[in-house]
Amino acid sequence: MTDVTQPETTVPPRPIRHVDAPLKSPAATTGLLEVFRRRYLLRLLVRREISARYQGSFLGLLWSYINPLSQFFIYYVVIGVLFGLHQDVPNFAIHMFCGIIIVHFFTETFGAGTRSIVRNKSLVVKMALPREMFPVASMLVSGYHVLPQVVIMIVVCLLLGWTPTVGGLAALLLALLIIALVGTAMALLFSAANVFFRDIGNVAAILTNFVRFGVPMIYPYTMVQEKFGEYAQFYLLNPLADAVLLFQKAFWVGTTPDPAFYEEKHIPDNLWAYSGIAVVTGVVLLVIGQLVFTRLENKIPERL
Amino acid sequence: MSGTESVVVDHATKNFTLRYHRTFKQMTVAAVRRENISDTFRAVDDVSFTIEQGESVALMGLNGSGKSTLLKLINGVMRPESGSVLTRGRIAGLIATGAGFHPQLTGRENVFLNAAVMGMSEAETRRKFDDIAEFAELGKFLDSPVGHYSSGMSARLGFSVAIHVDSDIFLADEVLAVGDKPFKEKCIERMQEIRKSGRTLIYVSHAPGTVRKMCDRVIVLEKGRVGFDGGTIAGIRYVKYEDERLDEEQIEDDEIGADI
Ligand SMILES: Nc1ncnc2c1ncn2[C@@H]1O[C@H](COP(=O)(O)OP(=O)(O)OP(=O)(O)O)[C@@H](O)[C@H]1O
Ligand SMILES: [Mg+2]
Repeated sequence: MTDVTQPETTVPPRPIRHVDAPLKSPAATTGLLEVFRRRYLLRLLVRREISARYQGSFLGLLWSYINPLSQFFIYYVVIGVLFGLHQDVPNFAIHMFCGIIIVHFFTETFGAGTRSIVRNKSLVVKMALPREMFPVASMLVSGYHVLPQVVIMIVVCLLLGWTPTVGGLAALLLALLIIALVGTAMALLFSAANVFFRDIGNVAAILTNFVRFGVPMIYPYTMVQEKFGEYAQFYLLNPLADAVLLFQKAFWVGTTPDPAFYEEKHIPDNLWAYSGIAVVTGVVLLVIGQLVFTRLENKIPERL
Repeated sequence: MSGTESVVVDHATKNFTLRYHRTFKQMTVAAVRRENISDTFRAVDDVSFTIEQGESVALMGLNGSGKSTLLKLINGVMRPESGSVLTRGRIAGLIATGAGFHPQLTGRENVFLNAAVMGMSEAETRRKFDDIAEFAELGKFLDSPVGHYSSGMSARLGFSVAIHVDSDIFLADEVLAVGDKPFKEKCIERMQEIRKSGRTLIYVSHAPGTVRKMCDRVIVLEKGRVGFDGGTIAGIRYVKYEDERLDEEQIEDDEIGADI
């Protein structure tokens, strides 16, 4: 298409470069699967977020312990010491800490995930990459911060005479899986929506407040059963509540004086079945999150 | 067997929504008064062209004529609302001064991130890192946050990464607008190399001098539409940057300074 009538003395004949690739749409193939195909990029983003989340702060990573620990002490003092509640629940502190770890994992994933796309604005508006990367990276970063908390938990439990079991390990992994699924799904939904209305960030913060009271953290599950009777099963449809109960099954039960008795008393019998439902719920939410994200995604770069 | 087209843009259209009212209160008031809440604006309007592998094309036009938007469609940041944009091979480049850098990260970290987004592996980036750093000439600033760089410095780094990606299509949007003279010359030299190696080059510029030196085709956008598509001299004349009485000296001037 070069205009041959022009005396273009400076232009040499075009060299041949054979590109062995198909003609295709340059818009990055998107979706969660693509995110895991580009693991190196994901790893860089995760590393970036780990260092950026507490950048410029003196205590740095320590904040991710101080935050849950301070929550733990507030609840412990108010519920356990001031109100003197739950004297019949042995090691109530452990019972509560199980909830705090799970809730913290979820709220961090949800909160940071919701802000992730807006915060990575400079990348999103100039580079083609699957934008699901950002919420997923937020989830992984939050998961990374859970690990040391679990280590603290294990140490304390061992001191209290807890012995690890295969069932407990399965419960632990299942609980983390449930939170990872539900957290990523919510982060996907909210991160895209947050681009269009920054109000969404505030909605996320309010939802986070509800989460703390919707799981058996500052009260034992038995209380729900007593109050609501057979309707308590609806409470168990909340995947977060199942995850907390799984954690309690994994850790707290083993620290009580009579594990069999307390498991029977405070952990619902069909917890495994409900956990199965929770995983399915998580997957369904993730599919919905992905569909909504895909619909909104096209408009994301221009609205940032 | 693959063909020889590098970029095929077929009746591509991209609309933007302009919002007058953002908050709930403003939107309610506007709705009551029956004012427009939003308006669409066509930034790229039914654009079609084909670029062959190895062509070097200048994209010209006034400010706001849709050049950067068109590049975003080509590099895949945005998708056209209707029509299609197809490309062949790996794409690298800069869109509107400054690459997609994260202001909190250091230059070094951004190089890795940027290279990864453009599809470079870790090993490949490590291998090329010294060249990238050397080309950008940032010295000790390489380890300070990009947010503190001057605009010229981040443009240098962005260009340096992009130029080291083994791409088949290279997009350069206003790369030379903020660079100083020695850096501009270096960039031009590199882009000539790109061209000689048979990679497709799409160069957005307001400077007729460099366009003439570097490109063998000019596409002029006017309010989102293709106004001209053809040879360089005719194209430059079409955008009227060049008077009839143009002489060689003036080309030199344009090349170095006159980014409008
Ligand atoms: N995200 C956006 N939302 C709304 N309008 C936009 C958006 N991005 C670009 N535009 C509009 O699209 C038009 C084309 O913009 P573009 O950046 O493509 O111009 P350009 O040709 O690159 O101009 P310049 O020479 O100044 O770089 C402009 O009128 C601009 O206001
Ligand atoms: Mg532009």
